[in-house]
Amino acid sequence: MTDYGEHLLLDKPRKTSSHFRVWVTLVVPFAAILFQVYVPLFFQYLSYLELPLLVTVYFSLMRRQPVAGTFIGAGIGLVQDSLSHQPLGMFGIVKTLVGYFAGNVSMRFEVDNPVLRFILGFFFFFFHQFFYWVLMQALLGQQLGFDLAQTLMVGMLNALVALPLFHFLDKLKETG
Amino acid sequence: MEFPISRYRNLTVLLLVILAQLLLLGYQVKSNQDVRLIRVWAVQAVTPLARLLEAGRSNTVGMLENYFLLVGVRGKNRQLEAELGKLKLENQYLKTELATADRARALNAFQSRSPSRTIAARIIGTGSSGNAKVVFVDRGSTSGVMRGMAVITPDGIVGKVLAAYPTASQVMLITDSSFAAGVISQKNFVHGTLKGQGHSTCLVDYVQNEEKVDPGELFFTSGDDRVFPKGLPVGAANVVRAGKTFKEIYIVPSGFQGGLEEVLIVVEGVHQQLPSVQASPQAVSMLPPPPADPQAEADTARPAATPSLSTDADRMREQYKRIGEAQGHVFGGTGSRPPDFNVKPAAQKPGPPSISLPKPAEETPQNPANATPPAGRPPAQP
Repeated sequence: MTDYGEHLLLDKPRKTSSHFRVWVTLVVPFAAILFQVYVPLFFQYLSYLELPLLVTVYFSLMRRQPVAGTFIGAGIGLVQDSLSHQPLGMFGIVKTLVGYFAGNVSMRFEVDNPVLRFILGFFFFFFHQFFYWVLMQALLGQQLGFDLAQTLMVGMLNALVALPLFHFLDKLKETG
Repeated sequence: MEFPISRYRNLTVLLLVILAQLLLLGYQVKSNQDVRLIRVWAVQAVTPLARLLEAGRSNTVGMLENYFLLVGVRGKNRQLEAELGKLKLENQYLKTELATADRARALNAFQSRSPSRTIAARIIGTGSSGNAKVVFVDRGSTSGVMRGMAVITPDGIVGKVLAAYPTASQVMLITDSSFAAGVISQKNFVHGTLKGQGHSTCLVDYVQNEEKVDPGELFFTSGDDRVFPKGLPVGAANVVRAGKTFKEIYIVPSGFQGGLEEVLIVVEGVHQQLPSVQASPQAVSMLPPPPADPQAEADTARPAATPSLSTDADRMREQYKRIGEAQGHVFGGTGSRPPDFNVKPAAQKPGPPSISLPKPAEETPQNPANATPPAGRPPAQP
């Protein structure tokens, strides 16, 4: 294995988990949900931006604990559920899984790398959309369409947005 | 000794959290009840902020517009800057006021005209799910809004209230894929079910292929769904084609035409009759009448004396009548001899145009009914 590979793929986490102030962990997810509720009213094309998902991925990656990721995902997902007209738990379950897997990934990889962040942003968006679609069919029996090409394209856009967003959120980390 | 549960702590927590949410989900689906408390908390937390943001946005946009307006004026004339800026500011303000007043007047006019009791509401947010077409309005249960109430604009129906919270309500738009409402067509009175498609057009389903629906025909609410009062406009049929079992009718909702900012929530609905079909306002192109033909004019001058003789049959009937009268025959009476139609009438009055009957005495001595007609004419029947 090359040095770069060893640097990326670690047996044990090299870094400890990042810490955030309490207000950051509350305000940022809340702002992401508010963005999704309010901004598409004026800019409809921004409805494709899944900021609550990106925030879930970021906090789960930074906490580097699958349990923390699980709870972060469940919390954000349930709030998102309560603002939709679906039964509570649909976004909750999907984001719980996203948080858990993101937490697991962060234990193995160096997640400060922008390339890896882009790939993870894209992967988790696709996973989120696909699993949500599966749950809608399996649990609620709703026949929704799944446009693969559109999902892939929107996934790329979300991954692109994830880079500056994660960079901005890095500034809110507690230092020392 | 290490317990397996502590060894697989992460996985156990994950499974427990998912199980809890599955149970929550199962409870809601099974009992068809909502976990209202969580939703109330979330909506109460989000909608006041959305309202604040909306107020901030409108103020900021107004300020920015005014700023750029003032910069332009300053460049032109420094001396008149203050006065001009003030006027522009006032103008802008009045324009905004006027636009707001126009919208409010339109809503008020509709409210006073409509027999249903409605309350005006403003849209302050959209739903959090990308696929769902859901919006939040700033009127809630404290204003008398209840779940299932119809939401309309003067142009047409918009949706129905999905949930009413104290300060806000969630409205499902008619374009949502799970929306359905009863509709009826204006001209042919065809009943159907309006279904949202998740995009800008809606489908009218369950209309038999044999039923007649014209493209462009308007659809109105039928009142069958007990949500929308009968007689509210829904939209015009955009695409009408035969399907496998039912007709495929796609309509463009008319309620969204002016954009969605203010809506009316129908608190007490009153059914109305469908408006009658009006004649098409489209102008029809018509050519001018053809130029007068001297020959045709000469022909038409004669029947002017007896305007009732407009066809060949009329003229023949008149001729036979004259022959019969000359021989003392009473048509429709009894006892008189049948007239001999081969005999020429004594005096031909100028008037009705003569039709080219064969000359019976000279060439064909048979009954005129058997006479050979001239080329291009059917055999004459007395």
